[in-house]
Amino acid sequence: MPQNYIPIFLFMLVALAIPVVTLVIAKAVRPDNPHATKLMPYECGIDPVDTARARYTVRFYIVAILFVVFDVETIFLFPWAVQFKMLGWFGFVEMMVFLAILVVGYVWIWKKGALEWV
Amino acid sequence: MPTWAQFVLLSAAKSVVVIIILLTAVAYAVWLERKVVGRMQNRWGPTRVGPFGLLQPLADGIKFILKEDIIPTNVYKPLYIAAPMISVALALMSIAVVPFGEQLRFGSFSTPAQITDVNVALLVLLGVTSVAVYGVALAGWSSNSKYSLLGSLRASAQMVSYEASLGLSLIGVLLLSGSLSLREIVNGQSGTYFGFLPRWNFFPQFIAFFVYLTAAFAETNRIPFDLPEAETELVAGYHTEYSSMKFAMFFMAEYTNMFTVACVGTLLFFGGWHGPALTFLPMVVQSFVPLFWFAFKIFLFLFLYIWIRGTLPRFRYDQLMAFGWKVLLPIALANIVLTSLYIGLTTP
Repeated sequence: MPQNYIPIFLFMLVALAIPVVTLVIAKAVRPDNPHATKLMPYECGIDPVDTARARYTVRFYIVAILFVVFDVETIFLFPWAVQFKMLGWFGFVEMMVFLAILVVGYVWIWKKGALEWV
Repeated sequence: MPTWAQFVLLSAAKSVVVIIILLTAVAYAVWLERKVVGRMQNRWGPTRVGPFGLLQPLADGIKFILKEDIIPTNVYKPLYIAAPMISVALALMSIAVVPFGEQLRFGSFSTPAQITDVNVALLVLLGVTSVAVYGVALAGWSSNSKYSLLGSLRASAQMVSYEASLGLSLIGVLLLSGSLSLREIVNGQSGTYFGFLPRWNFFPQFIAFFVYLTAAFAETNRIPFDLPEAETELVAGYHTEYSSMKFAMFFMAEYTNMFTVACVGTLLFFGGWHGPALTFLPMVVQSFVPLFWFAFKIFLFLFLYIWIRGTLPRFRYDQLMAFGWKVLLPIALANIVLTSLYIGLTTP
């Protein structure tokens, strides 16, 4: 029933109100004494060296790409799992073919070393 | 009053009550953790504020509000302020679809013990929890500090890596129950196996439960997967530059996520609110017995969290990624194949 989704949005409003209200209250009561050294980015007490917008290892991008592949696959599995008893052996074979293709890809990325961290 | 107005008012009232209870529970989960870890490490934990330190969460809350909020000069302010709000709001939101029990009865008035019952509740929950990674990623990037950036990169990579296994571990349960509605999944677990074992999904799906628990620990950044805030390497990870109430929000989000994990684990694997009927209790209390069992199971989950925190050391980052991709993922896939094969063979 579509109207069952309305309370989710109401709940979302209440959940959003919590951080907003606490931040407003906190702003009203807390002290505020800014100072140049206080507002420096944290770097163990020394003046920051270099920029924080540095380059980082390409591994993180690979993980992100792999995540997309496997998460989309998970989403495919959800409706299949719910309807599994109705689909019967036809559904089973279909999904096994899909998973087999996926496992081939999985073995390939493993062999390629995409899952190694260093 | 027209029925739609009653409906909206009732849901709004329920939302407020649930959020108040949840926030109180979160505050006392922190107290419980400090107390239990303290005893595990042979010390007392909080004792000064109130009896058994019971007023400690209140004192902490007041302190957080009264602390100066330091916003470093070079942060990107809109996202820097939005990130903790995203984290905590999303963490709270995932409770919207969780059923706590059957009907609640107050005299002639009765209402389901849930904000709302949608037939794709589990999908809504997964959707909301996977958006939570934005809070972490944006916090690290907008802080414009090296530790924050590295912490948030680690956290994001860890959360997305284990999310695949987390999703796959739930498939086994869905195969058994054939529904995405949390209420129906729980109702499918009433009764017993062989007359004495509760009909919980945990027994046929214990592999899935192991995968779920591990992945969920990684998702909530808890020991042994607390690499994003490995304080010996990264100061405090993605919330290094946060102070006062904004830091408290990340803290609240983390503990609220623990509750979400415990709720989903209880509902999917441990029969939700089903438990022995306590018939000796008076009728007025009877309708709260399911709530009690639900809360009790949640408590056991939280205790497990704390117990593991008091026991295990932290993973190394390469071990963490290797474990997620090379161990958990194949196990989860194999569990799906085995479960579907078993169901296919046993159902005519």
